[in-house]
Amino acid sequence: MPRLSAAARHTVRFTLNGRPVSGQAAPRTLLSDFLRHEIGATGTHVGCEHGVCGACTVDVDGMLTRACMTLAVQVEGCAIRTVEGLAPASDRLSVLQAAFRRHHALQCGFCTAGILMSLDVFLKAEPDPSEEAVRDLLSGHLCRCTGYTPMVRAALEAAAELRDVQGKTAHA
Amino acid sequence: MKPAAFDYVRAESVEEALAVLKQEGSDARILAGGMSFMAMLNMRLARPKVLVDIMRVAPLARMEEETGALRIGAGVRQARLLASDGLTHAAPLIAKALPFTGHAQTRSRGTVCGSIAHADPSAELPLCLVTLKGHVHLRSAKTARKVAADDFFTGMMATAKADDEMIEAVSFPTPRGEGAAFREIARRHGDFAIVACAALVSDKGIRLGVGGVADIPVARDFPLLDGSALDDALNALAWELDARDDVHATARYRRELVRRIGRTTIEEAKRCRA
Repeated sequence: MPRLSAAARHTVRFTLNGRPVSGQAAPRTLLSDFLRHEIGATGTHVGCEHGVCGACTVDVDGMLTRACMTLAVQVEGCAIRTVEGLAPASDRLSVLQAAFRRHHALQCGFCTAGILMSLDVFLKAEPDPSEEAVRDLLSGHLCRCTGYTPMVRAALEAAAELRDVQGKTAHA
Repeated sequence: MKPAAFDYVRAESVEEALAVLKQEGSDARILAGGMSFMAMLNMRLARPKVLVDIMRVAPLARMEEETGALRIGAGVRQARLLASDGLTHAAPLIAKALPFTGHAQTRSRGTVCGSIAHADPSAELPLCLVTLKGHVHLRSAKTARKVAADDFFTGMMATAKADDEMIEAVSFPTPRGEGAAFREIARRHGDFAIVACAALVSDKGIRLGVGGVADIPVARDFPLLDGSALDDALNALAWELDARDDVHATARYRRELVRRIGRTTIEEAKRCRA
């Protein structure tokens, strides 16, 4: 039974967007701070730090996770995906990201990383969601710029496009 | 908004977790999904010296149907319960209430037992446990005991759990032939409820649970009333709950919600039974 002392920093290892990473964390270090300050992955944003705003949402082992309400030491050995892992190449956006751009589904971009992660995980489980289901999912995020409607449009269009791509792959 | 310092123990068995609780007493706290407790830590409303993470204890992640009850281990996340086969049939009240618990982004990690342990007076799962007359299975290094929901919640965020005990599981009864309904009013979907109502209707009578008004969830049994007799019973209940004014709503508004939401929830449960 490992007991990690409050007074020391401890090695934490996990995979981040498919790549093994490690760093030093005190037990009280939040995953959001660990990603940003220790790993240097600043795509994940930090808003309210008590689980309300959704800006820090990441994917831990396929589970949507508020990184500000998760300790770095809790994710030892897990597979983590963040917004940095969405684009297939440095000069190309993912289908979902491109739809966000077309629909002006972001302005200041502060909330966007978390929302993209929520939608990315959600669309894998629900490839053909209703508008109501998308709105229900987005209720877990706060955005002060867009009024959410462009995001709903972008999500539904991205879902349709992803279904189309998958249909073609399946028939090829 | 960062937690104060603590030691972190990753328990590999229930016995290990209980040994830490026995040794450290009130300085130690169990960490499960963390979706309520981490917020308390970040705001420094809780400052334990040791956190015991139980999410890698495989036996706690069990969810099983016993005779007449659904037993949910301390490691079972809310999203898993919500997605489980047959929940709508076995426990329709929980199937209707769980979508109101937090958001998809917190149900994915938050546990059922964690919400019960947190004992927020407006939370959905404690209300369901009280309304369904469920039980909490507590265990310490020395003993195990089963506490009825009504005896478990003792006040706002206060429970009958002793410092050296942890919730090992909770049991939700799965009665047959009852109509169930759940409704709540919150400023935004996913916020804590200003008033939440859970109703069960059988051929014997009506049971209505109310959360968000008193400092614990409260359930009352009525005969199969309707019309103005039901209005009178709900009015009596609304006054009995001793609603208070706070930043979210006035006491008067809360009483009015008990009367109105209570009534629509009971009527929905009646329709579900028919």
